[in-house]
Amino acid sequence: MATPFEDEGSVGLVKPRVEHFAEPFALACGEVLPAFDLIVETYGTLNSSRSNAVLVCHALSGNHHAAGKHAPEDAKPGWWDTLIGPGKPVDTNRFFVVSLNNLGGCDGSTGPNTINPATGETWGPDFPDVTVNDWVNSQLALAERLDIDRWAVVIGGSLGGMQALYWAVHHPGRVANCVVLAAAPRLTAQNIAFNEIARHAITSDPDWLEGHYSKQQKVPARGLALARMVGHLTYMSAEGMTDKFGRERRATEHSGEPEIFEVESYLRYQGTQFSTRFDANTYLLMTRALDYFDIADYTDGDLSAALSPITARLLVVSFSSDWRFSPARSREIVDALITASKDVSYAEIETDGGHDAFLLNDPDYCHLMRAWLEQVTL
Amino acid sequence: MMRYDLTRIMDWVPRASRVLDLGCGDGEFLAQLQTARDVEALGIELDINNITAAARRGISVIQQDMDRGLDNFPNQSFDIVVLAHALQVLHRPHSVLEEMVRIGKEAIVTFPNFGHWRCRLHLGLLGRMPVSRLLPFEWYDTPNIHFCTVTDFEALCGQMNIAILDQDIVTGPRATILNSLAPNLFGSTAIFRICKQ
Repeated sequence: MATPFEDEGSVGLVKPRVEHFAEPFALACGEVLPAFDLIVETYGTLNSSRSNAVLVCHALSGNHHAAGKHAPEDAKPGWWDTLIGPGKPVDTNRFFVVSLNNLGGCDGSTGPNTINPATGETWGPDFPDVTVNDWVNSQLALAERLDIDRWAVVIGGSLGGMQALYWAVHHPGRVANCVVLAAAPRLTAQNIAFNEIARHAITSDPDWLEGHYSKQQKVPARGLALARMVGHLTYMSAEGMTDKFGRERRATEHSGEPEIFEVESYLRYQGTQFSTRFDANTYLLMTRALDYFDIADYTDGDLSAALSPITARLLVVSFSSDWRFSPARSREIVDALITASKDVSYAEIETDGGHDAFLLNDPDYCHLMRAWLEQVTL
Repeated sequence: MMRYDLTRIMDWVPRASRVLDLGCGDGEFLAQLQTARDVEALGIELDINNITAAARRGISVIQQDMDRGLDNFPNQSFDIVVLAHALQVLHRPHSVLEEMVRIGKEAIVTFPNFGHWRCRLHLGLLGRMPVSRLLPFEWYDTPNIHFCTVTDFEALCGQMNIAILDQDIVTGPRATILNSLAPNLFGSTAIFRICKQ
């Protein structure tokens, strides 16, 4: 029987660092970045044979801060602290974990909110389009910088799972094990539609200013908040929302106003928080990278042919109540891997957690991850 | 101590073959096969706790309900497909058998023989559904919904153009004379090695 998962420690206080790459970096869109920075956090210790490195790939709104805290007073630890730490499934007593903010991000890696050396101003909407391919290439540069020839594990959820899969396909010699969580081989029209609604919310904000908002010290906060509210809604399940909010109501901060539903309050809070921490141009860029991703675009849509270069041992996990990337999407990946005779394990975790379940500490999920990762040979 | 039908299956699995185990449980048998026969193993299982237990042994498992089809597995993609003591819990055992000989070059099936004299005694003389050490369930609360006898199984194979390559009907670790004289009467567990005709 699964038992609650709460007995593990934290990686403690962590400090990000910036890796600078001075060589020109060609992007899939044809543009060339003269140089770029990646902001990185690592947890655990690289062993002497450099064989215990785990690459964590983040999802749409993630960043390098996956575990631990930057300061003791931080309200929350990193976004994947449930899974990464000493004694946790991604065990930092055993693994050396590398987590970065992707190129085009807004948390310290080169992206729309950093300075374009050609103009001396922030890139803003002129930052070139990046793809999953570009991210993996920049992560490859990071691996070389860290002198890691082969990742023990490349792991990611959602858009992060797509990067993990891309690694396994295009750099099979560099990936020993690959964990793909709540992912899909490509987006559906419905997925793209949700991204378009989010983008439209941002670009129709009067403070959007064609993406040049930062020049005028503005933020398209209403658009960003709305984008996040819609996005967040699709990451939860109906059952999960009923459990969490039901039809409960609460007072607003403004006296005299009528009560609002808990779920309204929650979505408003999520939206507002997001609009203060996330860059609108990055949001557009990340959602486009998602829309254009197709692991099988180089084999004309033949998924098992696309996955045939893989040599890694794979774990694919889906979540029963995830309707953004439903279990059926993970099954597409799994069935193609079976057709291609790959070493794959698959489980669909029963949960109300929706798409976000890959971030949560569901006991079945955590126990499976721990068991599977324990069998990774270093 | 391994169930006797599993020891026998082990003898029938060639070294370094690709083996698919339908209903692999906690992966113990596949792990033993991997050690003893150096096979490339894959299991199918429904229960998440079993899948986790198998993962802990380093056995790869796909969570899948074989009653809802196995058409995601290509033709002849495994050397051996095993179904050990699970035929009787399936909703459509004949469909699964058909899939087994499609997916595997060979298939191995084991099941409790309902023609065993103890079963016949229960039903024929006592007028009660059999309950035994191997089948410890009452009729109203059992996962076993499709019982058959050795003779029934042979007849089904004939109807489905499935060739019986080998068979062993056993009661325990040693072959007895009674067993070989009247296997459907004295054998409690049937083990068949089959393939497409």
